[in-house]
Amino acid sequence: MGHYIARRLIYLAAVLLVVSAITFILMHAVPGGPFDQEKRVPPEILANLNRRYHLDEPLPVQYARYLYDVMLPHFTTNPPKNTVDNDFLINFRISKLWVQWMNFGPTYSSRSRTVNDIFRQQLPVSMQLGILALFLAIATGIPLGIMAALKQNTIFDYLGMSLAIFGVCVPVIVLGPLLVWIFAVEMKVLPASGWGSTPPFLFGVFPQTLGWDYFKFAILPVVALGLGSSAIIARLTRATLLQVVREDYIRTARAKGLQERLVITRHALKNSLIPVITILGPLFAALVTGTFVTELIFGIPGMGRYFVTSITNRDYPVIMGTILLYSVFLVIANLVVDILYAYLDPRIRYD
Amino acid sequence: MTAEIKSIPTGTHAGGAILTHKRENLWQDAFRRLLRNRAAVVGGVIVIILALTAILADLIALMPYDEQTLVDQNKVPAYMVKLFPSMKPYAKISDKYPMGADYVGRDLYSRMVYGSRISMSIALIGPLISLFIGVIYGSISGYFGGRVDNIMMRIVDVLYAFPGLLFIILLMSFFRSSLSDPTPGTLSYMLGQLDAKLGGMLFIMIGIGLTAWETMARMTRGQVLSVREKEYIEAAHMLGVSDLRIMFRHILPNIIGPLIVVETLAIPGYIALEAFLSFIGLGINPPMPSWGAMIADGSRVIRTYPNQAIFPALALAITMFAFNFLGDGLRDALEPRLRGNQ
Repeated sequence: MGHYIARRLIYLAAVLLVVSAITFILMHAVPGGPFDQEKRVPPEILANLNRRYHLDEPLPVQYARYLYDVMLPHFTTNPPKNTVDNDFLINFRISKLWVQWMNFGPTYSSRSRTVNDIFRQQLPVSMQLGILALFLAIATGIPLGIMAALKQNTIFDYLGMSLAIFGVCVPVIVLGPLLVWIFAVEMKVLPASGWGSTPPFLFGVFPQTLGWDYFKFAILPVVALGLGSSAIIARLTRATLLQVVREDYIRTARAKGLQERLVITRHALKNSLIPVITILGPLFAALVTGTFVTELIFGIPGMGRYFVTSITNRDYPVIMGTILLYSVFLVIANLVVDILYAYLDPRIRYD
Repeated sequence: MTAEIKSIPTGTHAGGAILTHKRENLWQDAFRRLLRNRAAVVGGVIVIILALTAILADLIALMPYDEQTLVDQNKVPAYMVKLFPSMKPYAKISDKYPMGADYVGRDLYSRMVYGSRISMSIALIGPLISLFIGVIYGSISGYFGGRVDNIMMRIVDVLYAFPGLLFIILLMSFFRSSLSDPTPGTLSYMLGQLDAKLGGMLFIMIGIGLTAWETMARMTRGQVLSVREKEYIEAAHMLGVSDLRIMFRHILPNIIGPLIVVETLAIPGYIALEAFLSFIGLGINPPMPSWGAMIADGSRVIRTYPNQAIFPALALAITMFAFNFLGDGLRDALEPRLRGNQ
C-alpha cells in the first residue's frame, strides 16, 4: 500500500507538470499580453510593467521561474519578509531554517494582492459551498436510494426515482434561477445572492459562526449544486442494493434467522456502498467545478468570478494557480477514493 | 454513425447473409422494445418536435431574433402578470409578444425558437465528435496493446486530471483571441470567419470535442480488449485480413452498440455545457440567441421580470429531460447490461 501511494504521489507531480505546461502554452500562445487592453499604455510604461512581472524574459525562463516558485520549497536563514513578491502559502520553521513553499505569484489586476491572497479569501468560500453540497448529496442520496430499493416498485420507489431523474436532468443554471424566483422573489424567505461568511475563516476554511445568518445564504446554492449529485448517488445506491440483496450471502444471512434490519444494515448496505464510494471521486470533481457556475448565478464571492475575469484579463498567475490547485484537488480526491476502495473491499490490493 | 451500422448488411465475406439477417432483427427488436417504453416515446416525440423547431425556426418564429424595438423593452403580455405576481408593480403590458420582450425589446418567444438551433446542433454534433475521436483513439490503443496502449492511455489519464470545465473555459478564450487573426488568407482567419458565420458554434464544438472524447476512448479500448481475443478475430488474422480492416470491419460493428448508448446518455451533458459556456459569455456570439445566454440576461432582471430567465430555463430543462428519457430507453432496448452503471 505504501508503495502504491508513493507511486501515485509521483504520478501526481508528473500530472501537475504536464497540466502546468499545457496551461502555460495555451495562455501564452494567444497574441498580446495582459497589459495591452482598452487604453493604450505608453511603450516605456508597458516595458516597465513587463519587466516588473518578468514578462520580458524568454518563455522557458518564465515557466522555469514559475515552477521554481510554486513547486519547490524555498529555504532562508533570515526571517522572511511578507511582500507581494514573497508571499508563500505554506510557511514554517525548522529551528533556524525558514521553509516557504508555493508562491503562486502576484495578480496583474491589483498591485497589492497576490494569487495566494485570493486563495486565502475566496477559495474557502468555494470550499464551504462544495463541502456543503457534497454533504447534502450524500446525506440525501444514500437514504433515498436505500428507500427506493427496499420498497421497490412502490410509490416510494417511483417518487424517489422521479426526484433522481429531475436532479440529473436539471442543471445548475436552470435550477438556480428557478430557486431564486420561487424562494427569493415570490416568497421572499431567502436572499437571492451573497454569502454568509467573510474572512478570517476558522482553520482557514470554515466560517466563524454557524447560524441562520450563514445558512440562509447557503441553502439555495447548496441545493442547486448538490441536487444533481444527490440524484446520481440515489440511482446508484438503488441499483447496487437491488443487485446485492439477490446475492447468496444475503440468502444465507436470512436463512440463519438474522433480523431483516441487520441483514440490510450489516450485510447488504456495506457491500452496496462500494460502487457509491468509487463515484465519489468524479462526483467531487463535478462539484468542485460546479461551484464556479453556482457562484456566478448566486453572486457568491468565491473563486468562480475571479477565474472567469482572470481569463478575459489575461491574468496569467491567477489562471495558472486556479487550474493547478483544482487539478491537485481532483488527483488527490481520486487517490483517496482508491485507498478507501481497497479498505472497504479487501479483495482489492494495489501492489 | 448510421453509415457504419448500415455497412454491415452489405458485408461480402462468406456467411454475411445469415449474419445480416440476424443483425437486422436485433435492431428491429430493439426498436420494438423502445416503442413499448412510454417515457422514451415521449422523450423521442419531444426531441423530434425540437428538431423540427430548430430546422423550421424561420417559419415558427414571429420576428427575427435580433430585431430590437427599444420602446418595448421588458414588456409582457397580460397573462404573465397572473403567472408571476411579483411582477405587478413593474409590468408594462403589450400583447405583441407572446412571452414578453427582453431588455432591449427583442421578442423572447422568437429568440427561444432560434435558441433551439444551438442546443439541437450541439446534441447532434457533440456525440459525433466525441465518438469519432474517442473510437479511433480507443480502437488503436486497445487493438495494438502493449507499449502503444500504455502511452496512449497515460495521455488520457493526464487529460483526466485537468479540471474539465476550467480547461474548456481556457480553450474557449484561447480560440476566441488567437483564431480571430485579422490577416485574410491564413487558416486562423478562415476558422475565425467560419466561426463568426456559425455564430460562435464552431469553437464550442471544437472545445467540446477536445474534452469529451476521453471517456469514449477509455470505453472503446475496454470493449476492443474484450473482443480482440475472440475466435473470429483470430480467424480473420489467419486469413490475412489487414489490421485496419479487422479493426473497422470486424471489431467496430460488435462494440458500437454500447458506445452509441453511452454517447446518447451524454447528450444532456453537452447541452448543459453549451448553455453554461454561453451563460458566462464564452459560448455563442450575441445577438445569436442561446438558452444559456438568455438565462444569463434574464438572471440579471429576475427580481423584476422573472419570465426572461424562467422560460429559457424551462426550455433547457425540457430538452434535457427528453434526451435523458430517450437515452434511458435506448439503453434498456439495446444494452440492458449497462443499466447498473448510471
